[in-house]
Amino acid sequence: MEGPGGPLILGIETSCDETAAALVTDEGEIRSSVVSSQAELHARYGGVVPEVASRRHLELVTPVIREALAEANASLEDVDRVAVTRGPGLIGALLVGLAAAKAVAWSRRLPLVPVDHLDGHVASLYLEPDPLEPPFLCLLASGGHTMLLDVRSYTERELLGSTLDDAAGEAFDKGARLLGLGYPGGREIDRLAGEGDASAYDFPVARVPGLDFSFSGLKTALLYAVRDLGEEELDARRADLAASFQHAIVRALVERVREAATQAGRDRIAIVGGVAANSALRAALPEATAAPLALCTDNAAMIASAARWTEAVPYPRYLALDAYASR
Amino acid sequence: MKQQSNSPEETETLAAGLARRLSAGDVVTVAGELGAGKTTFVRGACGALGVRERVTSPTYTIGHRYHGDGIEVSHLDLYRFQSISPAEWGDLEPYFEDAIAFVEWPEAGEGVLPPPRFTVRLRHADAGRAVEIEEC
Repeated sequence: MEGPGGPLILGIETSCDETAAALVTDEGEIRSSVVSSQAELHARYGGVVPEVASRRHLELVTPVIREALAEANASLEDVDRVAVTRGPGLIGALLVGLAAAKAVAWSRRLPLVPVDHLDGHVASLYLEPDPLEPPFLCLLASGGHTMLLDVRSYTERELLGSTLDDAAGEAFDKGARLLGLGYPGGREIDRLAGEGDASAYDFPVARVPGLDFSFSGLKTALLYAVRDLGEEELDARRADLAASFQHAIVRALVERVREAATQAGRDRIAIVGGVAANSALRAALPEATAAPLALCTDNAAMIASAARWTEAVPYPRYLALDAYASR
Repeated sequence: MKQQSNSPEETETLAAGLARRLSAGDVVTVAGELGAGKTTFVRGACGALGVRERVTSPTYTIGHRYHGDGIEVSHLDLYRFQSISPAEWGDLEPYFEDAIAFVEWPEAGEGVLPPPRFTVRLRHADAGRAVEIEEC
């Protein structure tokens, strides 16, 4: 007998720091979404991960899947397919999730759905209670990625631009470190910027050709500004620096996403990924649909969501499936 | 050898010169503070090795693997590491196999990573960067 609401998709995500599992219905309703984040540990070490190893994922993946099932009040009997991130990411980390997914699917003779992590972020917009329908122009901005995607349908997307150097989320985190703030840096800058004057400093935003981004020069500009100030002066100006730095990143993202929407002829804009949680970005793009806060950072609900439009590999053909570090 | 670079393009040119001396199995550490031009340096070297993919910062993703002209190139970043545990080395090892490996923020990997063939150190110097390349 199936659990209430019909068959469920079990999603598993282990591409980077988060070990995550979720149960989602075919209609896009999240029954559970469990993320075992190392963020608290990161904070203790000022942004450095105590151990960036697939062993962490290995320790956590089974308990996280069990918890996702328990929270959904479901068992593996309610699951009709298993979705898993196949890439891009750290290869050892990906392999843990992939092996776990294969084991669960194989043991119950279920199909397996290999999902691209970036498709997962886009599919965070397709979940209940307020799903967005393609087409739209999507900004995907996180610690590892910054890209503009023309999402034509649930299965077709075109990359219009991406970062030439640092990702937007990485710029936030490195900026936070230069300012002596805690971790996660994006959140700390967002909070402190609220107390500062965004026009205090005029940080340059590189205008690169096409629809690409460059945040590397901005990081250097902040470094020089911090260095020019003494310790005491820095304390007095920290909020202004944070606000001005954030403003520069947000302005670059907003300009480019609007340009891309015009070029692609899209009247709707969406933002996904960790940086989509930034309050200044959300405020600067009032017309955009932003992914729900809980689904901005890496999670498995978005992976299960993407599986709704991704071809499943039937039992047992997926046993030979490999992960990919990059596309 | 210590040189001065006055632009990202000059940094890339210096890196391209080094790249021509490298072969599979070589490790190059690229050290320097935030914004010193480490990723720019690796980009220049990758270009000279025939990599056509975009070379971006691997801080979050930790490792990138590029396809050059008859050679594989790994691009690692240990910024988020404190030290390298044996389990972590297990994750990183494949990036050093049959490839030229560039390692940004190499400090956490000292004594654990394979010994480098070259070390590169970048420093903010006036408006440009001081680039120090040493053969080990």
